[in-house]
Amino acid sequence: MATDLKFAKSHEWLRPEAGGLVTVGISSYAVEALTDLVFMQLPAVGKKVKAGESIGEIESVKAVSDIYAPVSGEVVEVNTALPGHLETLGKDPYGDGWIVRIRPDNPQEADQLLNQAAYDALVAGQSH
Amino acid sequence: MEEHSALLETPLCRWHEAHGGRMVDFAGWKMPVQYASIVDEHLATRQAAGMFDVSHMGRLSIEGPQSLVWLESLLTRRVTGIEPGRVRYTLIASTLPAAILDDALVSRDRDAPDGTPCMGLVVNASNRPRVVAWLRSQLPASGVRLTDHTSSTAMIAVQGPLAISVVGSLCSPGDAARIAALGNYSATSATVAGQPAAVSRTGYTGEDGVEIVVAAAVAEQVWNDIHTAGIPRGLRACGLGARDTLRLEAGMPLYGHELREESDPFAIGLGLAINLDGRSFPRSDIFAAEKAGQPARVRVGLEFDSKRSAREGNSVWDGQREVGIVTSGSFSPTLGKAVAMAMVDEKLAAVGTSLDVLIRDTRQAARVVPLPFYRRRKPTAQA
Repeated sequence: MATDLKFAKSHEWLRPEAGGLVTVGISSYAVEALTDLVFMQLPAVGKKVKAGESIGEIESVKAVSDIYAPVSGEVVEVNTALPGHLETLGKDPYGDGWIVRIRPDNPQEADQLLNQAAYDALVAGQSH
Repeated sequence: MEEHSALLETPLCRWHEAHGGRMVDFAGWKMPVQYASIVDEHLATRQAAGMFDVSHMGRLSIEGPQSLVWLESLLTRRVTGIEPGRVRYTLIASTLPAAILDDALVSRDRDAPDGTPCMGLVVNASNRPRVVAWLRSQLPASGVRLTDHTSSTAMIAVQGPLAISVVGSLCSPGDAARIAALGNYSATSATVAGQPAAVSRTGYTGEDGVEIVVAAAVAEQVWNDIHTAGIPRGLRACGLGARDTLRLEAGMPLYGHELREESDPFAIGLGLAINLDGRSFPRSDIFAAEKAGQPARVRVGLEFDSKRSAREGNSVWDGQREVGIVTSGSFSPTLGKAVAMAMVDEKLAAVGTSLDVLIRDTRQAARVVPLPFYRRRKPTAQA
């Protein structure tokens, strides 16, 4: 399990990339909790987002969930292959299942997110 | 979770929890919404069989010499003409502000040895308290005994093309043959998995199948035996999530969604549940006026090219005009696209009409299609 990941309480993950970009996806816990994914809507490249703001939606048979930006910045790339292959989210949530790349306004903002251990503890508290 | 502690539990609750059921609060009951995948459970029911714990539904008996006449005065369907072993779909209307209290299945069981009629009512879990209260308030001084058997019994629905065969494999040849010969909306007593059971050819999935009522104390054993017999043949235990997508595809109304306290039953295609011929029952005068009138909005099926689902409460649009509201919507596992039921202006209800549904601030194109969305193939003659 990669240890450079940071997590939002709303179950998005973030990974710092070369050049100051961050990659964002949703955690395997979130994918498993949603189950039966049928539809996903991605933001437009160039969209300016604030941390905690919706950047897309993911829909299961039962319900629709927002995907929230873990940090403020500009969406510079989206995984256009994903909506047609939602099974990728289950198979490889931290790799091919990435959702967007963001250029953060403030490189330090991600420091406030949870590390892997803190996120695992959060999930353990929610799963029973 | 803490808030679950006050929830009612069916006799199968521990089984659900032990088998990965995701338990939710449904109408005050702790029920499994799914075990693993709603889509897998849904498709198993269409292709083989699904089994559902529906013990949260209310099960009432009405017995006594006056029970037929009394129920006849209260239900929207005729009761006096029901033969023993037959089941009918009815509404329960009242003179209360709540008007239509519920929809229900009313059945006539075998008469008591002295010829006294025994009737059964199966009502929605969410409406059971107020239905029971209303019925009790209407009881005559004598001649009718109303009993709520919900907590002393369990009800297991087995649905799908293999349902009758799986259940029959747990019965004597004679009982299996009797169950297989049951017509739709018919019921019989039988011994299932060694236990006395009431078996009716009814369900809420659009598939062939039965609903089985057994004593609470033996529910887990009967459930386990059906599960064990069915698993090798593709049967799956299913939660309320699949039950909802199955009934939606089958175009069946759900109380609180398509059917409401103030609904015009004729507008939602439930006219057959209202028999007005020379009868008087709560709200029959209003139903008569509704039958004679033209409803402003009627129930339709909507199909989308997208998988993005309309949900209850989404508005329906014809150009710049708001013309309706979605009552149920979901991705349809069988069709592979989103479907919905909606109440729309009667002039826009024709099959083929193009409409938009506003889903989370985006318009999604839809077209009116016939209900049901899914109709099972009639069984071919079996060897």
